[in-house]
Amino acid sequence: MHSQVRPRPVHFRGRSYLAFALAPEPPVTDWLADLDAAIQRSAGFFAGRPAVLDLANTALSRADIVPLIKELETRDIRIMGIEGADPADFGPGLPPVLTNGRPASGREMVHETSQAKASEAKTPDAKAKPQPQATEPQPASLLVENPVRSGQTIYFPNGDVVVLGSVGSGAEVVAGGSIHIYGSLRGRAMAGANGNAQARIFCRRIEAELLAISGYYRTVDDLEVDLRHRPVQAWLEGDVMLIAALD
Amino acid sequence: MANVVVVTSGKGGVGKTTSTAALGAALAQAGENVAVVDFDVGLRNLDLMLGAERRVVFDLINVVQGVVRLQQALIRDKRIDTLWLLPASQTRDKDALTDEGVARVIADLRTRFDWILCDSPAGIERGATLAMRHADGAIVVTNPEVSSVRDSDRIIGLLDAKTEKAERGERIAKHILITRFDPARANRGEMLSIADVMEILSLPLLGIIPESEEVLRASNLGAPVVLSNPGSAPSRAYADAARRLMGENVDMTVPSEKRGLFTKLFGRRAA
Ligand SMILES: Nc1ncnc2c1ncn2[C@@H]1O[C@H](COP(=O)(O)OP(=O)(O)OP(=O)(O)O)[C@@H](O)[C@H]1O
Ligand SMILES: [Mg+2]
Repeated sequence: MHSQVRPRPVHFRGRSYLAFALAPEPPVTDWLADLDAAIQRSAGFFAGRPAVLDLANTALSRADIVPLIKELETRDIRIMGIEGADPADFGPGLPPVLTNGRPASGREMVHETSQAKASEAKTPDAKAKPQPQATEPQPASLLVENPVRSGQTIYFPNGDVVVLGSVGSGAEVVAGGSIHIYGSLRGRAMAGANGNAQARIFCRRIEAELLAISGYYRTVDDLEVDLRHRPVQAWLEGDVMLIAALD
Repeated sequence: MANVVVVTSGKGGVGKTTSTAALGAALAQAGENVAVVDFDVGLRNLDLMLGAERRVVFDLINVVQGVVRLQQALIRDKRIDTLWLLPASQTRDKDALTDEGVARVIADLRTRFDWILCDSPAGIERGATLAMRHADGAIVVTNPEVSSVRDSDRIIGLLDAKTEKAERGERIAKHILITRFDPARANRGEMLSIADVMEILSLPLLGIIPESEEVLRASNLGAPVVLSNPGSAPSRAYADAARRLMGENVDMTVPSEKRGLFTKLFGRRAA
């Protein structure tokens, strides 16, 4: 036996992440203009987040893709992969072609640092665990017992997020449903992130940097002075976000 | 049981190195065996604050790289026998610190000392995460101002994510140390109050170190403030903080300088 010199095994671990899928529609210049309008409305929403370019609706060639990715980079959107395209058309130098993506619906909590225990609860890998969604009932709310610190993101597209502590300046909570914060809200809260206009934001003390419901944004610069530091709720009426004291 | 404590902040210039030297000296004066480790590779300061800069031969990087043994790089303080310094390199950069090498050095230090205080560089990059990596506890140094507090909040998030303990699902013991506190300015609303800082960071308070010119004088003398002027307000505050770190219950006060009659009578007007 010459097992002494056997090479050390290399371990690979599967990980899945949630990314935005951007699906350009022709003509791409118009689509970029629409994107700019969306970014304007939701400053920083895409910034630095991983995104996948879904080319199913387009017939873009390699020569078109490179400038498009450059355009997106100038908007601080980094493309980590391409979807809906033939891998044969996209060789080295471009992001890899991904398959088997599916719309987000799994329980998701993204901590800024992938090492965090909290982030272990991420979308199960589609291949590793076939159809976990079909068999396990999905939790409709996420309870966060610790303060959400500056630089951290809680992302839960499936339902409500309840935070027992405070959400710090520079921290962000994104929920498919409503957001309830029993401490102070100093960072950003984005409720109804999948377009649910019924979602609301509640907090015990508002000093927020940004509130968003279903894509409608409000910075707290224009919050009435007498609401500051008070418990409030925010909701949408049509396309107007209303904020009222709870006490 | 050795205690590895990182002194960290996110924001630069808030008093990490000053606090590492002062707390290290105060713990050593209380009879504990203490090593202070400078992780600020390329910008080392801790040797200056301890007045040991002319005795540095080998440094942390030499030990990490296995060029010398730990004992060869450790420098014993001239005033307190139980205080030792492991200096940083001023000429190398932090990329010379490997994860495994640092792990080995910390494990070695654990067998020799009661306390290992790691002076972190500013920022949230590799240097700072390496300094916190093996910590059992953290002292988050904060000035009572908005940007410092927010950066501390960020560092606390990293302490809960990037440390070895956090990765094992354990929590590291975290404390806030408020430095450069000026009660008069806080009363005038020019600084955040202690209550504001505590509310935002929601962690236990280790101490409140007042703003004082004694701190600058001490660093120019190359002595931790608790040695250069033990009766001064910042020294008493650091000594109290060290006792709290050792688990004692010490009432939280903001020590102030003893004022002469003149300032007692007229000093108020400015406040
Ligand atoms: N309590 C205090 N009163 C007055 N000055 C202070 C006090 N604490 C620290 N300082 C001064 O603040 C400056 C920065 O201190 P120090 O070097 O300890 O900070 P640091 O956090 O280690 O900085 P860096 O991030 O650059 O490593 C020094 O000039 C020091 O003398
Ligand atoms: Mg320093």
